[in-house]
Amino acid sequence: MADKKLDARSKKLRSIVVDALKSNGGGHIGSSMSTIEILRVLYDSILKFDASLPSLPNRDRFILSKGHGCLALYSVLADKQFFPVEELQTFCKPTSKFGGHPERGKVPGVEASTGALGHGLPIGVGIALALRMKESESRVFVLTGDGEINEGSNWEALMAAAKHKLSNLTVLVDYNKVQSYGRTSDVLDLEPLVDKLRSFGFVTEEVDGHDVDALELIFKKLPFKNDSPSAVVCHTVKGMGLPFAEGNSEWHHKSGLTELDFQNMYEIFS
Amino acid sequence: MRKTALECVHRLAQHDKRVLFIGSDLGHGVLDKMKNELPDQFFMEGVSEQYIIGMAAGLAMEGFIPYVNTIATFLTRRCYEQVAVDLCMHDLPVRLIANGGGGVYAPLGPTHLAIEDIAIMRALPNMAVVAPCDADEMNRLMMSTLEWPHPIYIRLARGGDPIVSKDDLGFELGKSIKMKDGADGLFVTTGVMTQLALEAADVLKAKGVDVGVLHVHTIKPFDIGGVISAIESVKAVVTVEEHIVNGGLGSAVLESCSELRPELLPKISRIGIPDKFATEYGSQSSLLKHWGITSDNLVVAMMKKLGG
Repeated sequence: MADKKLDARSKKLRSIVVDALKSNGGGHIGSSMSTIEILRVLYDSILKFDASLPSLPNRDRFILSKGHGCLALYSVLADKQFFPVEELQTFCKPTSKFGGHPERGKVPGVEASTGALGHGLPIGVGIALALRMKESESRVFVLTGDGEINEGSNWEALMAAAKHKLSNLTVLVDYNKVQSYGRTSDVLDLEPLVDKLRSFGFVTEEVDGHDVDALELIFKKLPFKNDSPSAVVCHTVKGMGLPFAEGNSEWHHKSGLTELDFQNMYEIFS
Repeated sequence: MRKTALECVHRLAQHDKRVLFIGSDLGHGVLDKMKNELPDQFFMEGVSEQYIIGMAAGLAMEGFIPYVNTIATFLTRRCYEQVAVDLCMHDLPVRLIANGGGGVYAPLGPTHLAIEDIAIMRALPNMAVVAPCDADEMNRLMMSTLEWPHPIYIRLARGGDPIVSKDDLGFELGKSIKMKDGADGLFVTTGVMTQLALEAADVLKAKGVDVGVLHVHTIKPFDIGGVISAIESVKAVVTVEEHIVNGGLGSAVLESCSELRPELLPKISRIGIPDKFATEYGSQSSLLKHWGITSDNLVVAMMKKLGG
């Protein structure tokens, strides 16, 4: 079922992830595969940026708050020519720009160093406030994980974003329903997530996080309201595209992958 | 001291649009004047220190210079990961103005006493740690914070402390100040302990013992050269801080000597808060007495170190 949804571009972006993984023998595979379509649509159709001038003041700011999903971001940034895709072969090597979590100042296009969870949204609120004070039309997009929003700092920031009526801020939740230990419903249930976000002052919509057309349609409607922050709960599949990893918390992070594992993954995404 | 610090933020903000004030849930009316005059540069964000530090980081990433103010324990313990990752790892010019360093909040008990704040802030790369001794020095410090490109932790004392700093001695972040010369011994101090040491030095002088006072307002970056040079010219050194003995000023002095001049170590002893949470309430002065941080004890420690 999942494979049917993936077109050639989604497969190509995933194969870049696999290439980088191969150079390190492992990484956060499942957490990266669930976000590919969200990132693809953002960078293809929504965000304003110039890959050759990643610090251009009028760019939109994207923060990957779930920093462990960085392979997906690296893949999309490489595809958009922020840096040569070959550089991803250095993933996690001692002097590489590309660590297991993304770092501002090292990777062109990365706005904030994330990895410790619950940091991207508070930083995003600060950036959104700053942009508004500077009368900038740039917008801020923060992608959080679902397990990540167990962290209370997110909910502090959500309250603040609503208080400040930050219509230039959008929170995207990669709701793949599986965190490191197991299902989010078992570890720390987020439901009713959409209602919670709405009650915190965010105009909130839901979307199939792997449906490129649906994502583009909903993202183009942002902001949903001119005096409120927006949220989109993206229903996704952990490990999307890899049948053995889909919805499987064992593939949240995977190390010790064999040549056969990589062959399997390449075949799926060929 | 706090009033001076906040008024300085207001003054800085009047001349520089990059300067912002961010409070958590401070006392009613704090900086009302700034709020009314510069509402766009004034934020009161609620009891949410983790978020506030991230917010300040985001603002600083976009070129602003946020001055964040709340009680020291909540600005350090509560949001340590945010301070480490959002501020220090990104190396951003955010200033943390921490109310009530040491035993200031004695009646409120150990949840409110910042006894290890210097140690944990000093452990973070890129962070500067400053503890001025009085309101005048606070003024000089605040005026020098604008162009410092890194995060700064500013530790406030109770307020109303006697003015002992002198304008003609100047102020430079990272440079200690010799408040008093002395041929026999030296108190190395930070924050308002400088007042206590000056008092003890006067008592010692009456006894015919000539003891100087080196005020180390900036514990990080540490003035290694200035401190070692002052230590090497005397026979005995006592470090004094309103902070747990582990990891603060005394530790910084010992570490520097251990690395560069280990032969100086035997002449140094430390006075500070014992390695345990406070078990008493009372007042700042009663707590200091309970901890053994008194002028009398400074005199005794110095005499002992001098072999007297």
